[in-house]
Amino acid sequence: MTLVRPAAPAGTAASRPARRDSRRAGRRSPYPSWFFLPAGVFYLVLFVVPTGASFWYALTRWDLYSAEFIGLDNFAQFFREPALVKGFVNTFVYAFLTSGAKVVLGLALAVLLTSQIIARGYLRSVVFFPVLVSTIGVGVTFKVLLDPFDGAVNQVLSWVGVTGPGWLTDPSLALFSVALVDVWKGVGLATLIYIAGLVAIPQEYYEAARVDGANAWQNFRNITLPLVRPATVTVVLLSLIGGLRSFDLIWTMTRGGPGFSSDVIGSVIYKQYQAGFYGLSTAGNVVLFVVIAVIIFPLSRWLNRKEVTL
Amino acid sequence: MNRTRPLTAGAAAVAAALALTACGGSGDAGDGEATSLSVYIDSTPASVELWDGLKAAYAEENPDVTIEVETHPAGSEGDNLVKTRLATGEMNDLFWYNSGSLFQALKPDQNLVPLDDEDWVDTLDDNFATVVSTDQGLYGAPVGASFAGAVIYNKDIYADLGLQVPTTWDDYMANNQAIKDAGLVAVAQSYGDTWTSQVPVLGDFYNVEAAEPGWADAYTAGDAKFADQPALAGFEHLQEVFDAGLMNEDFASATYDDAVKMLAEGQAAHYPMLTGNVAAAIGENYPDAADSLGVFPLPSSQGDANGLTVWMPNGTYIPKTTEGPQLDAAKEFLAWLVTPDSCAAQAEASTLGGPFVVDGCDLPDDVPALVSDMQPYFDSGDTGLALEFLSPIKGPALEQITVEVGSGIRSAEDGAALYDEDVVKQAQQLGLDW
Repeated sequence: MTLVRPAAPAGTAASRPARRDSRRAGRRSPYPSWFFLPAGVFYLVLFVVPTGASFWYALTRWDLYSAEFIGLDNFAQFFREPALVKGFVNTFVYAFLTSGAKVVLGLALAVLLTSQIIARGYLRSVVFFPVLVSTIGVGVTFKVLLDPFDGAVNQVLSWVGVTGPGWLTDPSLALFSVALVDVWKGVGLATLIYIAGLVAIPQEYYEAARVDGANAWQNFRNITLPLVRPATVTVVLLSLIGGLRSFDLIWTMTRGGPGFSSDVIGSVIYKQYQAGFYGLSTAGNVVLFVVIAVIIFPLSRWLNRKEVTL
Repeated sequence: MNRTRPLTAGAAAVAAALALTACGGSGDAGDGEATSLSVYIDSTPASVELWDGLKAAYAEENPDVTIEVETHPAGSEGDNLVKTRLATGEMNDLFWYNSGSLFQALKPDQNLVPLDDEDWVDTLDDNFATVVSTDQGLYGAPVGASFAGAVIYNKDIYADLGLQVPTTWDDYMANNQAIKDAGLVAVAQSYGDTWTSQVPVLGDFYNVEAAEPGWADAYTAGDAKFADQPALAGFEHLQEVFDAGLMNEDFASATYDDAVKMLAEGQAAHYPMLTGNVAAAIGENYPDAADSLGVFPLPSSQGDANGLTVWMPNGTYIPKTTEGPQLDAAKEFLAWLVTPDSCAAQAEASTLGGPFVVDGCDLPDDVPALVSDMQPYFDSGDTGLALEFLSPIKGPALEQITVEVGSGIRSAEDGAALYDEDVVKQAQQLGLDW
């Protein structure tokens, strides 16, 4: 690469390098632009078109046979739903609780599982195993384990003399019990992401810190935490989106009960769908989509504000 | 490149051929006679056994046509499957599904074959004919027996404690107190299966219609509400039972099977439930208890009315997509389904929960006591259709609201008002102007 450009003659010779430069600057990828076409078609047909269609159906009274345009009536009806406020509150509580727990526990487990302990590989598999099991299977199993009279959890507690509460039958406890099971199931994925983040931290930082006489807590606070930030951002965003959308575990364990005390937006929408109010439940899904987008986009921007391209 | 090109062309041809086979049609539509009919039913064991019996009996009657059965899950998941198949034109030759408001939700005039001209229409019970018809025609033939939503009680406990069958709500609560004092569970409840919590409210409907005739029509028009009497009584009774501490300790997590077990084994005295379900459960699991369980209607707290709230059996319907020889065979099958032979086959293959709705089909002698207890009410005409057969309005959240009221989480007045709010969605879906 020359540092000084020879003076180019005016006319054709000068314009040709300029045109080649601008074309090279615009086309940064070595692949032709139609390489994305197959994936683009899939994305369009399976994602964009149904999303657009759902925005349309949300404005209709839809009973699978016909769709009659009724404007914003579905949205008005959805916001009049008595269980809605409780559903929103529960959704936010559930999402932020599980997300926070997964971040904290995931990081703690990852630090443990990247240190020198016996059977580290086996322990990593054990921690990750619940992620692979079917959510419905986990839900059914824990529903049996948490039964207030015959369940294993309360029986074990009774050996130590503690009367276990009605984990899933007490209205004030039901949502938290399901949240705990959700954390149990999902923390393996957070741990995995954190492990990847932790091993990417260069060892030089720790060696330099050891030279300076830092102890374990200072290491953690000043080196590990800041440098594992990309993993934290990923875990927070993924678990928050999952938590806001969550449905299957709650439905399997409590079906939104007892009464409405563990209803989340997902189960509210599902019950309307089950009852045959297809337009109304589609409107609910549009609302959920907007709510998640409104929370996640600013959050993602804020969390990534310190990210620079190296 | 030269070697792989024929290979890829061959693979593409095989893939295309495989894809085309998926487009293959269903059933054996074509010229000539039909040789098999496919029926879509729900997958509960009692239903499957019932249809096994019908299949075998029809095979003797008409060996040329075999009946094949396909199942879907019971409850709301099954509702969606049925509606989807009708909407996409992929329904089986016949299907067996609820009558009443669920039947109305299938858009029968659009999707089903009218059966008004069939010979057997006159043999149907009037109540049943109402619930499988729209104002444009009749669309279904009954399979199964009617059943009631009432209080199943343990006769042995009544005999031991010297109690009489109550006809008013106060008598019922007095009986409950006596049973509780004797150390037994007075009223079994099973909120682990949320659908069971609706029975005390839905089974009370005879009393509502008796106190205010025409209530169902006013309800459909949006003028009558559950938050007012006489309908509020159902919710109030739920709350009273909770407040008096008459239920089993594990009512919040007990399942339907747990409650039936308590009743059959003499640990609980009363269980408000549908007679069809309990009769089937006894037939399968507790045959010894067949004579120790009886039934009486949910007592009323207003007036002297005392009658059973009855549900009609499911109907067998033919979708419009069944045509030609399949349609003829289907109609022939329906005509056989409403004969006494078919009723006898049904009685053998299942445990009946109540009387048949076809003239000429009588109850056999070996039915459990709770079914024969129902016969006097039918004979004297003290029966009324449940609300879902007289009005298409039913909200999706009733079972959760009744669990809340029955568990003391919400008061009866609040619960009833909440349900009135809930059904507005159904009214909107049906295009009613409230």
